[in-house]
Amino acid sequence: MIAEAVRRSPLADYRDRFVALSAATRGDILIREVPYLAQINFRADPNDADIMQRLASTLGLALPVVPNTTTSQNERRGLWLGPDEWLVVGPDGQQEALERALRDGLDGAFGSIVDVSSNRTVLEIGGPKGPELLAHGVPIDLDARSFGPDRCAQTLLAKAQVIIESRADQAFDVYVRTSFASYVADWLLDAAAE
Amino acid sequence: MSRLASGGRIDRTRPLHFSFNGIRYGGYEGDTLASALLANDVAVVARSATYGRPRGIFSAGVEEPNALVHIGKETMLRATQVELVDGLEAIGLNGRGRLPTEPDRNRYDKIYAHCEVLIIGGGRAGITAALDAAQTGDRVILVDEQAELGGRLLSSGWNDWLAASIASLESAPDVRVLTRATAFGHYDQNLVLIAQRLENGGRLWQVQAKRVILATGAHERPLIFANNDRPGIMLAGAARTYLNRYGVAPGERAVIFTNNDSTDVVAADLKRAGIVVEAVIDVRAGEAIVDTRFSSPARGGGQGGGALHSVIVASLTGDGGRHEVEGDLLCVSGGFNPTLHLFSQAQGRVRYDEGLACFVPDVAPTNVEVVGAAAGDLSGRGQGAVTPYWVVPSDGQDWSNHFIDLERDVTVADVRRALGTGMRSVEHVKRFTTIGTGSDQGKTAGINETAIIAAQLGQPVGAVGVTTFRPPYVPVSFGLMAGRNRGDLFDPIRVTAIHPWHVSHGALFENVGQWKRPWYFPREGEDMESAVLRECREARENVAVMDVSTLGKIEIQGPDALEFLNRVYTNAFDTLKIGSCRYGLMCKADGMVFDDGVVMHLDTDRWLATTTTGGATAVLDWMEEWLQTEWADLRVRLTSVTDHWAGIAVVGPRSRNVIHGLFPHLASGPDSFPFMAIRQAETGAIPVRLHRITFSGELAYELWTPSWYGLALWEAVIAAGEPLGITPYGTEAMHVLRAEKGYIICGQETDGTVTPQDLGMSWIVSKKKPFIGQRSHQRRDTARPDRRHLVGLLPIDRDELLPEGSQLVSDASVSVPANMVGHVTSSYRSATLGRTFALALLQSGRERIGWTVHAALDGHTVAATVTEPIFYDKENVRRDS
Repeated sequence: MIAEAVRRSPLADYRDRFVALSAATRGDILIREVPYLAQINFRADPNDADIMQRLASTLGLALPVVPNTTTSQNERRGLWLGPDEWLVVGPDGQQEALERALRDGLDGAFGSIVDVSSNRTVLEIGGPKGPELLAHGVPIDLDARSFGPDRCAQTLLAKAQVIIESRADQAFDVYVRTSFASYVADWLLDAAAE
Repeated sequence: MSRLASGGRIDRTRPLHFSFNGIRYGGYEGDTLASALLANDVAVVARSATYGRPRGIFSAGVEEPNALVHIGKETMLRATQVELVDGLEAIGLNGRGRLPTEPDRNRYDKIYAHCEVLIIGGGRAGITAALDAAQTGDRVILVDEQAELGGRLLSSGWNDWLAASIASLESAPDVRVLTRATAFGHYDQNLVLIAQRLENGGRLWQVQAKRVILATGAHERPLIFANNDRPGIMLAGAARTYLNRYGVAPGERAVIFTNNDSTDVVAADLKRAGIVVEAVIDVRAGEAIVDTRFSSPARGGGQGGGALHSVIVASLTGDGGRHEVEGDLLCVSGGFNPTLHLFSQAQGRVRYDEGLACFVPDVAPTNVEVVGAAAGDLSGRGQGAVTPYWVVPSDGQDWSNHFIDLERDVTVADVRRALGTGMRSVEHVKRFTTIGTGSDQGKTAGINETAIIAAQLGQPVGAVGVTTFRPPYVPVSFGLMAGRNRGDLFDPIRVTAIHPWHVSHGALFENVGQWKRPWYFPREGEDMESAVLRECREARENVAVMDVSTLGKIEIQGPDALEFLNRVYTNAFDTLKIGSCRYGLMCKADGMVFDDGVVMHLDTDRWLATTTTGGATAVLDWMEEWLQTEWADLRVRLTSVTDHWAGIAVVGPRSRNVIHGLFPHLASGPDSFPFMAIRQAETGAIPVRLHRITFSGELAYELWTPSWYGLALWEAVIAAGEPLGITPYGTEAMHVLRAEKGYIICGQETDGTVTPQDLGMSWIVSKKKPFIGQRSHQRRDTARPDRRHLVGLLPIDRDELLPEGSQLVSDASVSVPANMVGHVTSSYRSATLGRTFALALLQSGRERIGWTVHAALDGHTVAATVTEPIFYDKENVRRDS
């Protein structure tokens, strides 16, 4: 198992500031880093019924085929990124298990399986004013009537590319590339003052 | 004082103090600067831009062309839109505005919003539309430019309907009301930009609406006559606003000049407030004001010189009868123009309505509706019967005091001159005269301009048309456009996982694209030069370490990956075994060098390519473009993994000792871990992929690990190297080391006009397989022998550092303009060589080895000897040691 001492999440230094913000806003805005999620960028032909069927069983999760939607099962989630591209997400440490499941699902068919676990970290943004905070920098409509709990999108937060996944209770998981993480955190903390 | 004893929406329990042009005055909460100035009998507020004529308050809103003021660092604010606050200090504009020289310290913000219905304009029509929309459960946004909703209703008397409606909107769950918010841009697909004024700043709303309802009302327009610009001359509706909304008498003796019924109620309100209406001059009765006279000194003391004293009235039937009427307030109304700026910006088409004498909506854009006065329903304005009337004849004068555009000081004479030159289009006349180009965008001038052109040319008004309306509807500050993207948030600052270590160890940083990279690590008392010399020396003689995490990284998977790589790179990868890597160079279709990097063969059908730090995005885009548009048949998929990996270069003759210390079980000898090989190992709990790659020419290893281990691995390397005195180094030393070896940097030695052959890199250009850019290498110009070649330069004076970018000439005594034969691409001081050196692109450079060329500097030249572009270890003994 991984010795925690040698890993450092991109936003480890922001933990206190996020806690302080939640306190200062009396819980109206909750920001938390969810580090070390297993993330695999997966490409395969969604029109190949055999592959999709095999994947559903090897992964234990039917990958979404409707644009900008997500599926989830037993702590595993599939995010639609493109017509033949998904981000498959699981708990910390599961990257090899996910890669194996995807490889077994492909069973030799053409596809692409790339471990991108440390390519991005995740910012969970919740609280009643969380959506408004994001609206300062996210051009898409995050309202539940168009971006409910099974939705995801690749968009911008300020000037950083992000993937936004809608979770229950108007909370959002924002996947941000690690090198942009401190910029996004600084930007959000600044916007939270508005 | 001209404050009425009662009435208005001001709060008389809250007196405020302000100053104007250094003189202290009083006002009330709810006043604008304009209403407070009128209450204090300040008639002259500003001087006009071109002629310096005294100007007063002309309107009560956004259309104000005259009453421009400075407040603090802000210039050219409209007094009619400035809400009075205690302590306000304003200065009337004298001529032109001036830009502040200091930074804008206000706080600006931006926000996106989405709604089903966006209603622009919070008057009766807009509020009615919002109440309707609120019934549907749709998200509704209602915006209004004023401090409170109500629009014209605020000037005609507060009523219960307005209060009840506002309360109803405020309690509706999906209705958002924005006040002090001016919609200034209406773009495709109903994207509307809104500037909201906040205390000490503002907010830019970017609203995406399914449906837009324009309830933008109408602007009253003036009539045009000689000396129609004097202080005291005001739009009739504005006079009513000052009376009823602000409890201010804008004059003591009023004259009304009109062509329509809307002034009936103005006259009634003036009388009710105790103002004498001396005369109502109605063009429909055959009379007009042909000139005005000014008083000196005017009421209100010395400041008022130039304000209105009397008007000259004449019969329009030409019988010569004329008489003078005294008055200090002239209320003019030439009818109303529906406010269709946003409608037109959104590509709505307008038509001229002869009966209403104005342009009205004709064809609306998709999902845009117009309601109320903006739609041509002028009943609420009381226009009633209107006789189109535009310009009072000149009375023998030269038309040069008939002002059309007050802010721009443009007169009928200017329009006549434009037409005299042969111009016919309203757009041409606009540009010749500058009508409508002021900060008010000619809101009180534009339609009059059209009508005057039409009359002069004998055309219908509708045939002349209006000029194109463009955003912004009101001036918008640069600060608002920037929002919070200032300072450190101006652009993303990208950092590596190891960045905190660099900061805590005193690195100075260089911006490389959006990345912060350590530039050098100065020790106590060191300047840049000595720090870089030390870092280079340590890399050459001992062991040094560099953060190379910023390199672009693209994972390439699929059975056709090899074929894909062979097409993209100039060199071939057929013989590259799994577990090995190879340098690669790529060209654009024009045969010019685009980027370079290392291609790693990781596993069956699995490769990884690195790019330059700055080229990562462009290379991925380039590869995807070919894959998606030209080579869709190739079974290849690309994934950016730049941020997934942290990379650490361990460099120098003693680097193997460090590697051995970290990975004691890894066979790291020169034969078991040869140049360009890849190995997988662990140190502690850190998984590491090792590559024997060098960008310095020394024995070197590149250690990659998932980025969350990056800092721990770096610290492990530092700890393992500490007994040897391992030295961290930055981009500057890296540049020097690679230049000593003649390794190019794409973007430094290349600029999009340089071929691999120019760089002396024909060795990397395959003749056996096709690749992007290959055919261009056969072009006559690309293949000619006298192109600029990469060479080395050694200044004759060993201490002289050639500035990068210096132009080269072949003869030191050549006179200007001289024939440039090349330029310096890189130039450094070398610890290894004990002297300065440079790389350059030189015409026929490879034929000039041993020659002397001259760098042309400011006023003198510096001589340098041309050499081969490699200064160090040409045999690669050190790399392979």
